[in-house]
Amino acid sequence: MSVLRAILSGDPPRGRTLSFVLLAILFGLAFAPWLFPGSASVNVAAKICYFVLLAASYDLLLGYTGIVSFAHTMFFGIGGYGAGLALYNLGPSWSAILIGTGAALVLAVALALIIGLFSLRVRAIFFAMITLAVASAFSILASQLSWLTGGEDGRTFRLPEELRPGFRLLAGPFAINGRIITYYLVFFTALILFLLMLRVVNSPFGRVLQAIRENEFRAEALGYRTVIYRSIGNCLAAAAAALAGVLSALWLRYTGPAVTLSFDIMLDILLMVVIGGMGTLYGAVIGATVFVLAETYLQTVMAAISHATAGIPLLPLIFHPDRWLLWLGVLFVLSVYFFPAGIVGRLAARR
Amino acid sequence: MTAPAASSLPASAPRRDLAPLLLVPLLALAVLPLIGSFSTWVTLTVAGLAMGMIIFIIASGLTLVFGLMDVLNFGHGAFISIGAYTAAVLAPSLAGLMQVDSLALNFVALLALIALAMAVTGVIGYAFERIIIRAVYRQHLKQILVTVGGLIVAEQLIIAVFGPVQIALPLPTAFRGALIFGDVAIERYRLIAVVVGLVIFAAMLLVLGRTRIGLLIRAGVENGEMVEALGYHIRRLFVGVFVAGSALAGLGGVMWGFYREALTPGMGMDVMVLVFIVVVIGGLGSVGGCFIGALLVAVTANYTGFLAPKLALGSNILLMALILLWRARGLYPVAKR
Repeated sequence: MSVLRAILSGDPPRGRTLSFVLLAILFGLAFAPWLFPGSASVNVAAKICYFVLLAASYDLLLGYTGIVSFAHTMFFGIGGYGAGLALYNLGPSWSAILIGTGAALVLAVALALIIGLFSLRVRAIFFAMITLAVASAFSILASQLSWLTGGEDGRTFRLPEELRPGFRLLAGPFAINGRIITYYLVFFTALILFLLMLRVVNSPFGRVLQAIRENEFRAEALGYRTVIYRSIGNCLAAAAAALAGVLSALWLRYTGPAVTLSFDIMLDILLMVVIGGMGTLYGAVIGATVFVLAETYLQTVMAAISHATAGIPLLPLIFHPDRWLLWLGVLFVLSVYFFPAGIVGRLAARR
Repeated sequence: MTAPAASSLPASAPRRDLAPLLLVPLLALAVLPLIGSFSTWVTLTVAGLAMGMIIFIIASGLTLVFGLMDVLNFGHGAFISIGAYTAAVLAPSLAGLMQVDSLALNFVALLALIALAMAVTGVIGYAFERIIIRAVYRQHLKQILVTVGGLIVAEQLIIAVFGPVQIALPLPTAFRGALIFGDVAIERYRLIAVVVGLVIFAAMLLVLGRTRIGLLIRAGVENGEMVEALGYHIRRLFVGVFVAGSALAGLGGVMWGFYREALTPGMGMDVMVLVFIVVVIGGLGSVGGCFIGALLVAVTANYTGFLAPKLALGSNILLMALILLWRARGLYPVAKR
């Protein structure tokens, strides 16, 4: 037990139901290629993995530091483009992945630092607006530099030998191909980074961030340089988001503005963190899982409802399968009001 | 809270601070030799001013709402879309007024569309304030989240009703085409946008500067608690300002819709990026700063769009960075912040 506590940085999920749900998610993701065979469902599992990482890194800002950033997809995109463009230009090798990841990390942290020093210095509320502006400029820049980024079309690239679907590690009934290796690369990287973030938020540094969130003035009076702490928090979140971007690029074997930089993804992350529960990294796990599952399967349910209500005016329009985001938006607003601790808060309260 | 930043500034802005007023004329003169041709320069400047006026109309409501109650409404963009779509729905029924080649009749049609759009967005703004914003006064984080949620829902509802594709909003007949002075061509609608923007700006200055309500609003922005202490309901005032701000966003949406002659469900959010830059540049809560910021952002975007198209949006970020380096709280910082 104490080893487990140490792995979870002394911050295990509270409540039995919550622990059970989280274990189920972990189990499902860990054995996804065997439990849910078929490329569509493994795609969903991989997407959950890197979105858990992305949402958790966003929660570092939103839930733990109490600042709203709209530039998180920018860092996600930097990671995606970093790995993707390196693989595209340098050829499919492991060193290309490393170079791309390294370059992406440097760029992401530098940008996060500049934005943070510029806007966190004055007023935290500027931060939301300035990040929105910077992120939209970045996404336009990315689609305009088409000689480098492939513009709106993005870039499709090849992975190193070991990660290709044609690669076979074992023959027979337990065949492991390159796709499964890639999946586990994504899964374990996301898991390790998630545990690292859990370590960060439970460290003295993380406590200071929470203190700033609760009462900035008081934290400053206690002698903490709030701007520095916030900027470091911002840089850590940016680095983690960039790594999530690298994972998404590896899984999709594609990078482009629609899958990394678009404002829609920013809203998705916001929904995940708030619906899952702000201020607890486990919320990000549940939020991302619920969201990706809803995105994939809610549409089928809604198609059925839409079909059933065909005779009534307006209802079929509202239940149209493409309107799933409408319902998550309503859920989002309701959760900000009525259960600000999100699904995790509900589950933890039940014990 | 922000002592290091504050100490580099004077305690409060001087009463007559004229330096920001010179920014737009100086910028316009500075780029004249770069552009080379006078007629191109006039066209670009007028286009920039027209766009700037529309952005000002939208941003002014946002900045006042923030100044008065510290409410940052990310859902403001929804009212832009709602205003524009209202105009698109009602435009066909006014076809008789819009498709004749008469400036006067077209104007009547435009004013009618504007009035109706403002009524619709004003009513929705009232409901938005009641249902969405009231519960989260003084909680910035929740405000941003809830208003973003409102924006998502509004955008999705627009898609549910009008579909995700772009719909056309053709200009009234007499507003099309350009006026030619020598070799300078100026599109008519741009002039109209400038005129409408100036009228709104003048009306706003008049209301804020010469009426009792305006006095209360300005006092509320400066020091809300003191206004409350003197026996005025600042919340009631705020509801009024919020409704007016939403209606102005609706008006801006109509003007913007006609400017582009096409509507998309995400159009509000697209404009909001510029609006936020404008509000930050101008100083949160300041109408004058908002006006200068809007013109500055729009003419800069137009000039760079011509001189170096790839940098167009980047130029606004650069502009914002430069202004914030010069005045860390925007051109006209409001004293209490």
